[in-house]
Amino acid sequence: MRSKVRFHLNGELHEVQHCPPTLTVLDYLRNECRLTGSKEGCAEGDCGACTLIVAEAGSTGTEYLAMNSCILFLAAIDGKSLISVDGLALGDGALHPVQAAMVEQHGSQCGFCTPGFVMSLAAMYQDHDQQPYSRENLNLNLAGNLCRCTGYAPIVRAAEQSLVSRDSTLVKELDQRVTTELEFLESDPPLSVEGTNGRVFAPRTLAQLLELRKNHPLATLVAGATDVGLWVNKDLQTFDTVIHTGAVAELLEISKENELIKIGAAVRLRDALPELIRHYPSMRDMLERFGGAQVRNAGTIGGNIANGSPIGDMPPALIALGARLELHSLESRREIVLEDFFIDYGRQDLKPDEVVSAVLLPIHDDGQFACYKISKRPEQDISALCAGIFMRLDRDAIEEARICFGGMAGTPSRAGQCEKALTGKPWRRDTFESAMQALKEDFTPISDMRASAAYRMRVARNLLLRFFIEHDVPERRMQETSSVR
Amino acid sequence: MSDSARDKAVHRAVAHDSAAKHVQGTAMYVDDIPEPRNLLHAYFGTSTVAHGRIKRLDLDRVRAAEGVKAVITSADIRGQDDISPVHAADEGVFANDHVQFYGQPLFAVAASSRDLARRAVRLAGIEYEPEPAIVDIDAALDAGLFVSEAHVMSRGDAEDAICNSPASVEGVLRTGGQDHFYLEGQVSMVIPVEDGDLQVYTSSQHPSEVQQTIARVLDKPANAVTVEVRRMGGAFGGKETQAAQWAVIAALLAEQTGRPVKLRLDRDDDMQSTGKRHDFIIRYQAGFDDQGRINGIRFFHAARCGMSSDLSAPIADRAMFHADNAYYLPAAHIESHRCKTHTVSNTAFRGFGGPQGMMGIERVIDEIAQHLGTDPWQVRRANFYAEAPRNITPYFMEVQDSVLDELCSQLADESGYTARRTDVMAFNESNEIHKRGIALTPVKFGISFTTTFLNQAGALVHVYKDGSIHLNHGGTEMGQGLMTKVAQVVADEFGVPLAQVKITATTTAKVPNTTATAASAGSDMNGMAARAACRTIRERITDFLVDEQDVSRSDIHFEQGMVRYGPQSEAFAAIIERVWMARISLSATGFYKTPKIHYDREQARGRPFFYFAYGAAVSEVEIDTLTGENRILRVDILHDTGQSLNPAVDMGQIEGGFVQGAGWLTSEELWWDEKGQLRTHAPSTYKIPTCGDVPEEFHARIWQQGCNREETIHKSKAVGEPPLMLAISVFSALGQAVVAAGGDLSSLDAPATPERILNAIAAGRRD
Ligand SMILES: Cc1cc2nc3c(=O)[nH]c(=O)nc-3n(C[C@H](O)[C@H](O)[C@H](O)COP(=O)(O)OP(=O)(O)OC[C@H]3O[C@@H](n4cnc5c(N)ncnc54)[C@H](O)[C@@H]3O)c2cc1C
Ligand code: FES
Ligand code: FES
Repeated sequence: MRSKVRFHLNGELHEVQHCPPTLTVLDYLRNECRLTGSKEGCAEGDCGACTLIVAEAGSTGTEYLAMNSCILFLAAIDGKSLISVDGLALGDGALHPVQAAMVEQHGSQCGFCTPGFVMSLAAMYQDHDQQPYSRENLNLNLAGNLCRCTGYAPIVRAAEQSLVSRDSTLVKELDQRVTTELEFLESDPPLSVEGTNGRVFAPRTLAQLLELRKNHPLATLVAGATDVGLWVNKDLQTFDTVIHTGAVAELLEISKENELIKIGAAVRLRDALPELIRHYPSMRDMLERFGGAQVRNAGTIGGNIANGSPIGDMPPALIALGARLELHSLESRREIVLEDFFIDYGRQDLKPDEVVSAVLLPIHDDGQFACYKISKRPEQDISALCAGIFMRLDRDAIEEARICFGGMAGTPSRAGQCEKALTGKPWRRDTFESAMQALKEDFTPISDMRASAAYRMRVARNLLLRFFIEHDVPERRMQETSSVR
Repeated sequence: MSDSARDKAVHRAVAHDSAAKHVQGTAMYVDDIPEPRNLLHAYFGTSTVAHGRIKRLDLDRVRAAEGVKAVITSADIRGQDDISPVHAADEGVFANDHVQFYGQPLFAVAASSRDLARRAVRLAGIEYEPEPAIVDIDAALDAGLFVSEAHVMSRGDAEDAICNSPASVEGVLRTGGQDHFYLEGQVSMVIPVEDGDLQVYTSSQHPSEVQQTIARVLDKPANAVTVEVRRMGGAFGGKETQAAQWAVIAALLAEQTGRPVKLRLDRDDDMQSTGKRHDFIIRYQAGFDDQGRINGIRFFHAARCGMSSDLSAPIADRAMFHADNAYYLPAAHIESHRCKTHTVSNTAFRGFGGPQGMMGIERVIDEIAQHLGTDPWQVRRANFYAEAPRNITPYFMEVQDSVLDELCSQLADESGYTARRTDVMAFNESNEIHKRGIALTPVKFGISFTTTFLNQAGALVHVYKDGSIHLNHGGTEMGQGLMTKVAQVVADEFGVPLAQVKITATTTAKVPNTTATAASAGSDMNGMAARAACRTIRERITDFLVDEQDVSRSDIHFEQGMVRYGPQSEAFAAIIERVWMARISLSATGFYKTPKIHYDREQARGRPFFYFAYGAAVSEVEIDTLTGENRILRVDILHDTGQSLNPAVDMGQIEGGFVQGAGWLTSEELWWDEKGQLRTHAPSTYKIPTCGDVPEEFHARIWQQGCNREETIHKSKAVGEPPLMLAISVFSALGQAVVAAGGDLSSLDAPATPERILNAIAAGRRD
């Protein structure tokens, strides 16, 4: 066991004794290290001004992930390497190519967002897959960086200038340094801080996690902290004991057996994405619009379920597909259908000594599936409502319909009456029209800042219609050129 | 281009002076300044009702909280408890016993850390006697609640002109408010120095006002307070008047504790407790001929001002000044009401009411076009200001410099507007679910503060013995590149490389009694003031050379780091050294006041603007009629910057302003709940545009023929605000798409969120 959090920051080893459970990386940088390059624009993971690179060992080499340091707890970067804007310029004082391009293309005005953009672009520059530059890919990677001054155009030009052809020597040099740093800390024993400021644990195995969970029933589990970070920064919640799930091997696995994908609870959205869209391409739009890159790089599937949110984007899709949830305690393991986990608003079927360990997702090779995320702004916006719709046809009749909505009730909920109006009925527009009407028996949505009740209901209905139109027989299927998505 | 033109420091796309620092994170903002050792951190407690009396304010637990060193309320204010920028005496530092909006500061603490300060303020025991809250414009109009008097602008008999027109339209348009969402929130650090004086570092567009407000509230002379601003992380009007309150709170606590105090607002509190763009209700009635030419028009404006006047009167005035936008209105009647609501006091925001005013007339034009079944661009063009007599504004100013006919025609050509409009119609024919719209809209924006006396600026320039130059002026840097532009002007005057000019923080100790950096006039005014200072010094150097070298004045030139006189040429620094030895002052102040302007507000008549800035944009959009989701597909902009001082900086204002305007009109929505609490107080709920909202086809260009007819600094034009209004083209295009979907144009309000788009479609399909 080890009581010091250890990581590299801009090439230097940092060791932090008595790490407070909720000390954020941003506060550590700005207040403890007096490294003021990273900015606080919101302290809630939404603006990206605090973005830095967290480097970690991946299966095919070191990975460089942009993350929001304002909601990243220090213990979460234990064993990793950080690169902040303060340390990005090259050794001889020359600017990094993304920095140089930002200057040349006039990519900064007030400059407050700039360090964050620079770091998001630097993460792309260093990306080990070396994805070719495209505007689409850029949008995905910058959705979590807000700029109020430039209108993004010069930033796009700077991205293009620096990312179209990368200096591979430069990438390699940094990669070598960072990989060595990671190796240096690789064999550190698990983190276990029990100090004056509180307790922080980062177990490595499920058994260790369950043991800790049992011994510390009041401890807060933290995965990506993209929810928990806000409770700390905004509600000023304090946690005496925090257990990080990010290093638990079993929770990080994605495996496939018997027509079932098993996704560990601590698998991050970015890591789950390729496997999910391989089987369910319709999830792409939702997954790519789930938060911004920084959020997808930290936030987990398990967190998105365990938070019990009525507007989490994963549950409707998963529930429509008939996913099950695996829950573990030291004594037992159980499986429930995912919708049963959500008992009521703010109440889940999770015992104090239990953790969510995995999602079990059936792979359907028959049936039609679609998933919709509706928000005020296309990128990085919490859904006003989201839907997962799955249907299996027998000839021209609907044999099975599983429809789940988020944002329509206190929990992600199946649309029972609507499903009934479809099941056993012919695949026809009028069937869908009566199913659309049935939705009003399933839901009484609320009005809030994201949308009115009327809008939610109208769009929920229209999404059913959309499902019909998009999946109709080819000769009748709506063929529209659209740029909205 | 001649050699000397190429070497000129002005009219060149030089990088922002801080660009290299921005990208490395070394540009210092207030919160980055190394903290003094005994620094305390302030925070404030706020009300949780929108309107009511405070029955009990129990701060015992706050005082007893860990780390707390001081707690203050309005009872601790010795001077005048008045932070109103217009001295309306309608806004104190804290609510006294009368709470007027949810989120209004009630008290503040200083504690040993920011975290402890934030925790402490949550411990207050507060009881209220709630009173009915008037939250929106309709309720205020019903209740007859206003922050200031209504105002009317009138020319001709509008009523009569409308009645006698062959056709007319009428309707109501609502435009939403807008949070500034400057990336750097409000922040101030106050350090007590000798004699009870205060040194203030703040993120403010208006250091002089911060100075004067602190002095007034703390009952000190202004000379005891020095306010310094190196740069802001964005402002957009949100730090024009509303930075003062936080600086004042820090100052009060610094004085009370004798220790430095910093107050930095959390984003949510910033959004909850600082003012925004005014939302408006605009009622209109217009009569026109069969060409769509307007004969007469009536506008009724009502603005949500919030709980106090702040700058609402001049903002609502500017909305009236722009109710015509680019169009000649033979008879116009514009009346404006400034509604008081129990919400945070609204304030300046890029465009300062202008955008709201323009939205009204652009909607009218779209309605006329729809009525006539013609292309709205043709209706726009038919109504443009033209030769006399079609060149008089509703406030009796002659429009002498319109370039819109030429500029818009060029834009229409280059963007392929007409052909694309046909394509859009074809698209709409063959698509049932997705619909497109395209629109070309112009902008004419008046430059100058409409409060005439504000149009003054000062600068201070030193030349040191080694020839290096120190530049200071009253303008502040918020990202708009003002410092760079003024430095270019100075480098040009002395003919030295730009790097020789040191840009320094704005401070009330060097240039006093300044006006806010606002109204787009920053480089116009400060550039002129700095030039005047340079010219004074240059004259002295010239006098010296005439004397020393016996050359004539006209033979002396400052260029390329040298001073050339007759056949000779010497390094600038070498001459400076001799000038100094000759005991000649190498320091000078400069001053500028905008000429030609005058305005009689009582009569609503005069020339409030020195000139107009122009531009136009074509936007094409697509909507999804099942969900209301929408995208901008392509944007083309042509904007007149006169002879741009710095095309790179100006381009940044054009592109950035457009996108900010597009956010205002589409995804940025302010939403209050039934308790009067703003619930969109964070980026998770308040959605400004992201990179993905900006189309790949985004073509902004500076109009090459641009030249200011007036004697502005190097014939340039102001560019800070006007481009924001180019985004009205997006709203107008969305309206076209809604109509294509069978929707009702006049039902579409701003911001055109997916929900409003869907509602407008439904409204049309119901009829
Ligand atoms: C800017 C931003 C954008 C966002 N956008 C979206 C979006 O588009 N769609 C969306 O759905 N959400 C969004 N979110 C919310 C959030 O990112 C997701 O809910 C995310 O999946 C949470 O995962 P996490 O790992 O960060 O959870 P954490 O914050 O670490 O934890 C969340 C909750 O789950 C509990 N928990 C975590 N793991 C376990 C476990 N194994 N067993 C039991 N309990 C556990 C924690 O104790 C906590 O109560 C956004 C958040 C931010 C900050
Ligand atoms: S400060 Fe805004 S995301 Fe971290
Ligand atoms: S440059 Fe100001 S927010 Fe991006």
